[in-house]
Amino acid sequence: MWDWESIDVEDESEERMVFKRYEELINDKQDTEGFETVSSVMQDEVETTVLKIYQVMQHLQDLEGKLPLLARDNHVFYLKTSLTHLSQSYECLDSSRPWLCYWILHALQILGERLEDEDYSHIAGFLAKCQSPEGGFGGGPGQHPHLAPTYAAVNALCTIGTPEAYQTIDRQGLCRFLSSLRDDEGAFSMHVGGEVDIRGAYCAVSVARLTNVYHPEMFKNTGEWIASCQTWEGGFGGCPGMEAHGGYAFCALAALLLLEKSKLCDISSLLRWTVNRQMRLEGGFQGRTNKLVDGCYSFWQGGAFPLIHALLCEQGHKSKLWLYDQEALQKYLLACCQHPSGGLLDKPDKPRDVYHTCYTLSGLSVAQNSPTPVVIGNRRTNAVDTVHPVYNLVQTCASAALNYFNTLKIPELGTVCR
Amino acid sequence: MSDSSEEEEISSTWVFYRDRNEWKDVTPVPQDDGPHPIVAIAYSETFKDAYDYFRAILKSGEKSERALNLTGDCITLNSANYTVWQYRREILKALDKNLWNELKYIETMIRRTPKNYQVWHHRRVIVEWLQDPSLDLALTENVLKKDAKNYHAWQHRQWIIKTFNLFDGELEYVEQLLDADVRNNSAWNQRYFVLNNTTKFEPHVIEREVDYTLKKIELVKGNESAWNYLRGILQHDGEGGLGRNKKVLESCEALYAGGSRSIHLLACMIDICQERHGADIEPESPFTIERALALCKELAEEHDKIRRRYWEYISQQLQKLSNSASQDGQRVLCT
Ligand SMILES: [Zn+2]
Repeated sequence: MWDWESIDVEDESEERMVFKRYEELINDKQDTEGFETVSSVMQDEVETTVLKIYQVMQHLQDLEGKLPLLARDNHVFYLKTSLTHLSQSYECLDSSRPWLCYWILHALQILGERLEDEDYSHIAGFLAKCQSPEGGFGGGPGQHPHLAPTYAAVNALCTIGTPEAYQTIDRQGLCRFLSSLRDDEGAFSMHVGGEVDIRGAYCAVSVARLTNVYHPEMFKNTGEWIASCQTWEGGFGGCPGMEAHGGYAFCALAALLLLEKSKLCDISSLLRWTVNRQMRLEGGFQGRTNKLVDGCYSFWQGGAFPLIHALLCEQGHKSKLWLYDQEALQKYLLACCQHPSGGLLDKPDKPRDVYHTCYTLSGLSVAQNSPTPVVIGNRRTNAVDTVHPVYNLVQTCASAALNYFNTLKIPELGTVCR
Repeated sequence: MSDSSEEEEISSTWVFYRDRNEWKDVTPVPQDDGPHPIVAIAYSETFKDAYDYFRAILKSGEKSERALNLTGDCITLNSANYTVWQYRREILKALDKNLWNELKYIETMIRRTPKNYQVWHHRRVIVEWLQDPSLDLALTENVLKKDAKNYHAWQHRQWIIKTFNLFDGELEYVEQLLDADVRNNSAWNQRYFVLNNTTKFEPHVIEREVDYTLKKIELVKGNESAWNYLRGILQHDGEGGLGRNKKVLESCEALYAGGSRSIHLLACMIDICQERHGADIEPESPFTIERALALCKELAEEHDKIRRRYWEYISQQLQKLSNSASQDGQRVLCT
């Protein structure tokens, strides 16, 4: 309505000096204090590469007034091609095919790209083939049901968002499947006879809430079990005793929110740990203390900030921005993580893949869409859609799915469920 | 993506299952992707062939020697296929196989793909069945030699140690790793894990750990792992914690006076100020809220700009603390 206002913002953000001068940048390098170890040597290699890229970016900015662009068309092309054909190197993901669907569809959705109805119908049909008669989804047709592909399939179907896609989900079966995985402590194994870790709890509660099959009994003590995974560093490990790790920390926090048990989390130590995972030179996030930057943690770590923000606001915190450097992360993603022919990656010189494409874009979305948006570079090209940080679905997809499923009756736990 | 060398290993003298006489009685089951395959992987012929036969035995429920070998081939082709692993375990049970051989087998698989959930889970199940953890400390040690931060290896090691009470010698192992790389955060975590499950945080343990950690900080003042560990240990201290630990306070002052502006040193000093606030008995203490505020400013504007918003937020929190305390003071004066 007030178009000129947004144009103002656009011009301002485009002209701002985003990339630092070399003399300033060099100060951000780690100081090894003359004490080199394996960790510092690896860190140094990454910093050297990133520094070179930032130098080029700074030149383009100062001499030509250019800031990096999100290569939308390339990414869309890469994603659409991957949706139908994947090379042999993806054989190791043959048990993660619903994941491949979710990563691709969600990334496209973040970019504002919709497919044809017919394509969506085909994808829903394929995911139906991955659904087990016992409930839950497997990694491919005929594979045993497993919580990770179940989460991925549900999220993919919610991204599609058609009645056909929603109706693909056997909710009674899903409820039965989830119940079969819970142990006495309230933790979840990934599949029958499979490993137990925080991913299980998050995947279970996420799909249960989203599709409205949540029963409190199903998650009795789950919040307490998750809280027992918070470590002396403030982050969460995969199970009690293990090292704090970005992926598990996200699962923990998101699950606690879905369980309405966020009080069990020590929020200030979690905040301290998370905020320190942002790398001073690179601007991206690392997964663990003294490890290397990786584009996918843009979401796993960066995605925790809106959740932390919500919790702090309950305590009277007032801010329109997240508590990390949203610009620095965007710089890293745009300058270091884009593959020239589409797709995004972990760090420079790494191969692209759809997993990193999904989570770098999810991280970019969070970095841009604080209550006051922050967009680096040309707004029209670089601004992406907002994600719901708990489910990691595009906001509108999450709302539509919740609206749909919340009108349906919650399947009974009955005798089939424990 | 996958390391294709494994597949080459298979293919040099490879005979497809469909060409094997001993499999003539089995009808392969192709993958049913439906009429419109999505995310279709360009499987190699070897891959497709082996999995077509796997689907057939999964369907028929055949548990035999040849089926066991087939699961091995399928695992080599994709070690993340949990359905194959699960079925392999069912076969092992049904045939009452020698599980010691299985331990050897899974060890080679772990060495090939050490960052895979399924191989480690299989190892754990076999060790559980055998109730023998004797090989697993060495196994994880070997894997950690190549990558000292491998998360799966650490998780398995913790499980072995905790389940079979093998804490003896673990602290020495951790020290070895920290001597090799003082920045190895996984090793610091393991140190905490050992104490938390053995001696707990008795005063003498805390003292020893504080000494140890301060020495490591002396080596690399910017090492976040060591600083975090210091805080982690002292949160169990019944004698006043981080804010009251003389050695820590003195070390921080000495480092700061010596010119160190490690962001973790400054952050630690802020925590000390905050913890001492309101309960400070020594009037001359240099660890005041005002000082913490100045340190936050120093971090936000100079040494840790990327965390500017965080340090501003901490400043606000500190100011709230200080305001509520001065209001308390006012009230005391009025009454
Ligand atoms: Zn990654």
